[in-house]
Amino acid sequence: MKLAISISGNRLDAPFDPRFGRAVAFCLVDSETGEWTVHANPALSATGGAGVQAAQFIAKLGAQAVVSGAYGPNAFETLSSAGIELYLAPASESLTAADVLALFKAGKLSKPEAATRPGQHGGGR
Amino acid sequence: MRIVVASGKGGTGKTTIATSLALVAAEQEAVRLLDCDVEASNAALFLHPEFNQRKEVGILLPVVDEMLCTHCGRCAEVCQFHAIAVIGKKTLIFPELCHGCGSCRLNCPEKAIHEQLDGMGVLESGLTSSGIAFAQGVMNVGEPMAVPIIRELKKWQSDANPAAAHLQLEQFQLEIRDAPPGASCPVVETLHGADFAILVTEPTPFGLHDLKQVVKICRELGIPAGVILNRDGIGDDAVEKYCAENELPILMRIPMERRFAEAIASGKTLVEAAPEFRASFRALLETIATRVTA
Repeated sequence: MKLAISISGNRLDAPFDPRFGRAVAFCLVDSETGEWTVHANPALSATGGAGVQAAQFIAKLGAQAVVSGAYGPNAFETLSSAGIELYLAPASESLTAADVLALFKAGKLSKPEAATRPGQHGGGR
Repeated sequence: MRIVVASGKGGTGKTTIATSLALVAAEQEAVRLLDCDVEASNAALFLHPEFNQRKEVGILLPVVDEMLCTHCGRCAEVCQFHAIAVIGKKTLIFPELCHGCGSCRLNCPEKAIHEQLDGMGVLESGLTSSGIAFAQGVMNVGEPMAVPIIRELKKWQSDANPAAAHLQLEQFQLEIRDAPPGASCPVVETLHGADFAILVTEPTPFGLHDLKQVVKICRELGIPAGVILNRDGIGDDAVEKYCAENELPILMRIPMERRFAEAIASGKTLVEAAPEFRASFRALLETIATRVTA
């Protein structure tokens, strides 16, 4: 399965970034083969709608699942509509993308049933 | 001529100045006053217009016709605000991110997008007993964005509304806009297109800090500005130094006096409470007219 993990670096051993829309980058990793690539998040400096933009980006990358630390309402809706499975990992400074992959493989990540936080800036407009 | 009364810091006396300026100006010319503080309009409390016109305003939100949409993704690509996402065979619209710019509709190759008004507030207008054409915007509770309402308020004219002929552009000589506090988009929108900005401040570090921000906006927009120093006598002389260094004329001073505060708290305008200011406002109008035409 192709998994997109939000990270704050450019390698599989980079720290996990618990933000979704404002993640520095996404590590796209194949959970079977372990092959990985890193993609800078185009929504990082968006003035608004970062969650929507990041979700579309992940969908275009062909990810089937995503791991982050929190999802806003727009990101949740966009990812769900795209049929991407959402997973949550704890916001821990010592966690790397490789650790998150191991947790995923071990079935230790939870799935949110709805957005895990409210939208920001009262909607942004 | 269009004069904006702005401040930066809230509570410095924008409405105190705007209402008295309108009253004095209305003795000699046709005046309209726009209360552009659509999040907390209060000029009507002092001028008591009889509202007889009302209009719902907002932005135009896109609506996608699923029968025509081919999910090509062009609308999502052109949306600067990420308010549209095209995912597979679905087009998602996020109304709270939309600015109503219309780019999606214009760029849709299938003409599958039409627009529908998303009401964000109302405009109200009417005459005051002193003959001022008064109009205000009132934003709906919970709306995050004031700019579309201010934009509509500024251009509200009798074309679509024949009964509101007193608001027609050609029929007034002076427009006074009471600005919202702060230095963000609603203030920029209020200032946009003005001929002069009266910046009301108080001689305190807070007054100065926020004044500087509004001065920068005026300079960016190329709008000449002058300062009214309210509660003169308190604080320090930093505002005066700043004005001198930046060639900002101090147009008027209103001393810190309890009787002004009491009058305003009971709904009276400054010139009603202190008629001696009538001459100051008359002189202010002349000063501004000279500066604008020069």
